[in-house]
Amino acid sequence: MVRLVKALWRGYTRMFSGWTRIALAALLGVVLGVGGFTVYYSGVTGYLGDDPATCANCHAMDEQYEAWQRGSHHDVATCNSCHAPHDNLVYKYINKADNGFWHSLKFTFQNYPENIQIREHNREITEAACLYCHGDFVDQATNSSTHKDETVSCIRCHDGVGHMR
Amino acid sequence: MSTEREDAAMEDPKVDAPDPDDAGAKGDGKKKSRSGSSRKLVPALVLVTVAVAAGALTWLLTTIFEHKQESAASFTEVVELTDTSYDPAVWGQNFPIQYEQYRKTIEDTDGDFIAVTPTDEDPREYHTISRIESETRAQRMWRGYAFAVDYTEPRGHEWALVDQRYTERTGERFNQPGTCLNCHASMPEVYDELGDGDREAGFHAMNAMSYDEAYEHASSSIACIDCHDPQTMELTITRPAFIDGIRKAKAAEGVKDYDVNRDATNQEMRTYVCAQCHVEYYFAGDSKTLTFPWDKGLTVYDAMDYYDEVGWTDFTHEESGAELLKAQHPDFETWSQGIHATNGVTCADCHMAYSRVGANKVSNHQIMSPMVSDETINASCLTCHHSTAGEMRERVDGIQTRWQGSLNVSFTALDALITDITAADADGSATEEDLATARDYQRKAQFVIDYSFSENGRGFHAPAYSISILNQATDWARSGQLALRGVDVENGIGPAIPEQHMPDAGN
Repeated sequence: MVRLVKALWRGYTRMFSGWTRIALAALLGVVLGVGGFTVYYSGVTGYLGDDPATCANCHAMDEQYEAWQRGSHHDVATCNSCHAPHDNLVYKYINKADNGFWHSLKFTFQNYPENIQIREHNREITEAACLYCHGDFVDQATNSSTHKDETVSCIRCHDGVGHMR
Repeated sequence: MSTEREDAAMEDPKVDAPDPDDAGAKGDGKKKSRSGSSRKLVPALVLVTVAVAAGALTWLLTTIFEHKQESAASFTEVVELTDTSYDPAVWGQNFPIQYEQYRKTIEDTDGDFIAVTPTDEDPREYHTISRIESETRAQRMWRGYAFAVDYTEPRGHEWALVDQRYTERTGERFNQPGTCLNCHASMPEVYDELGDGDREAGFHAMNAMSYDEAYEHASSSIACIDCHDPQTMELTITRPAFIDGIRKAKAAEGVKDYDVNRDATNQEMRTYVCAQCHVEYYFAGDSKTLTFPWDKGLTVYDAMDYYDEVGWTDFTHEESGAELLKAQHPDFETWSQGIHATNGVTCADCHMAYSRVGANKVSNHQIMSPMVSDETINASCLTCHHSTAGEMRERVDGIQTRWQGSLNVSFTALDALITDITAADADGSATEEDLATARDYQRKAQFVIDYSFSENGRGFHAPAYSISILNQATDWARSGQLALRGVDVENGIGPAIPEQHMPDAGN
C-alpha cells in the first residue's frame, strides 16, 4: 500500500517540471492554508471536547444553550451528557461526527425548521442517557415495561429537564 | 477537507474521457503509456480542481463569517417615523423584513382563490370561493339580508380594502355606512383627516358618512400604523370601538376604568390588536357607531342578552318573518373561551409565529393560518407542543371535523325550523303566540349558528365551547318546531341530580 502510494506520487511529480511544479505547489499550498484557517475560524476543533459553549458556536443553538443554563440539570450535565452515547468512546465520536456533519450542512444552507427536532436515534441516545444516571432509581418502572417489550419514555413527561425548548 | 476529494472525483470522468482504455487504471506502468496530450492535460486538470477547491473553501469561509456577523445584527433607522407616517412603504425602509412579509398577505395560502373575468364593476382577477354556494343553508338563513347575495371565504389583509369595495354587499342597493371601513382600511390617516387631528371625532364623522364617500378617504388596506406606535414600535390600539368595548368587557369582570393602551401587557396586546376587528359587532343608532356587544361579557349568550336588552335586530327573515341578528367573525371572543387563551397563548403566537432571520427572531408579518404547511405548523404549534407536524395536523383536523359535524346537525335543525315557520304562517296551523315563540327560537338558534359558522377557527379556537353552543342551538331550533305544534318546551333546565365535578374532601 505504502509502496503504491509512493510510486503514484513519484509518477505524478515527474509529470511536472520547472515553473509548473512551483505554481501547482503554491496553489496547493494556498488551498491547504485557506482550508486550515477555515477549520480554525469555524471553531470546529472545539467539537472534539465537551464544552457546552461550543455547541452554541452557531446561533442555531442559542435557545437550547440559554435554557440549559437555567435548567435543572445545569450543574450535573453538559450537552454531551445527554446527547452523546455513553456506551463507548468510538461510538461517541462517530455520533458526534454524524451530528456535526448534518448540523453544519443544514446551518450553512440555512435549511432547517423553526423549531428544531431531534432525530429518532438521537432521541434514543438521550433516553439511554437518562438511565445512565437514574437507572437504579427507576428500575421498577423500566423493568416492568421491558419484559413486555415496551420502553417507557422518560422525556415524554420529564420534558425540559435539560433545557425548556 | 472533503471538498477537494469530491471535486477531484467529479473531474475523474474528464480525465478518462480522452483515453477510454485508461479508465480506472492508475498503475505506474500504465502512466508511461499515456499519450503526450493527456500528460499535458493533467496539470490543467489539477489547476482547475485546485482552483475550484480554493473557491469553495473561500465561499465556506465567507458564509461562516456572515453567520457570525448575523449574531450582531443591527437595526438601521433610515427614516424617522411620526404620527403622520401613514404609508406602510415608508415604514418598510426601516423594517424591510417585516414589510416584505406583510406584503405577502396577498398570496393564496389557503388554496381557495379562483380566477374570474374582471368587469368594469369588479376589476378583480381573483376571488375566493363562495361560502353561500358551498353551504346553501347559510344562504337561506340570511334571506332578506346582504349576506345572502355575496359571501366568500376570507383572505389576507392585503385584500381587505379591495374585497370590501367590490363585494356586492357594499353595492348601491344596500346603502352601507362609512362604518364598514373601520376594519378594512388603514384608519389613523382617515380619522386624522376627518377629525382634523382628533381621531375620536374622525371616527364618528366617518361612521356618519355613506360607504362610498368614506372610501374616497382611504389610501391603504390595513397597515403598520394600525397596530404599532410609530416612535416606539410598541403595539397600540387605534380603534375607538375596541377601547370602548374592552373597557365594558373588563367592567363586567369587575375591573373598573380599564384603559387598554395604559393597562394591557405586551402579551395581551398581541391578542388585542387583532381583536380591534376580529370580533362580533353592530352599528348602534342613527349615528351608525361601531359597537361591540360586550357589556355583559364575551360569550355568545352574553352578546345575545345584550342585543335583547337594547332591542337590536339586524333584519327580518324573508320567509319566516323572524327578527334576526347577524353574527360576524367573533374570533377573539371565541378564542377567549378556549384552552389557548387560558394558557396565555395569543393570536400572534400562532398566526404570526416567530421566523428565523439570521440570528434574529421576527414575528412573521405574513399573517395566515398556522396549518398552511409543515413549516408553519412547526413554527407555530411545535413551539409548545413537542410533537410532529403530522400529529398536530391530525389533531386539528379531528377538532374541525367534529365541529363540522355538529354544525351540520344545527344547520339541519335551523333549516327545518325556517321551513316549518314559513308553512305554519301560510296555512294558519299555529296560533300567533306559538308563531312568536317559534320565531324567537329561530332568532336564538340562528345567532349561535351564524356566530360559530362566521368564526374563522372552524371550531378550533375553543373546541368544547364551540360544540357546546351548537348543541344549544340545535335544541333551540327543534324547540321552535315543537312550539309550532303547541308543545311547550323547557330549555336549559339543569340535571335532576347536580353533577359533582370535583372530589370534595370538605376543604
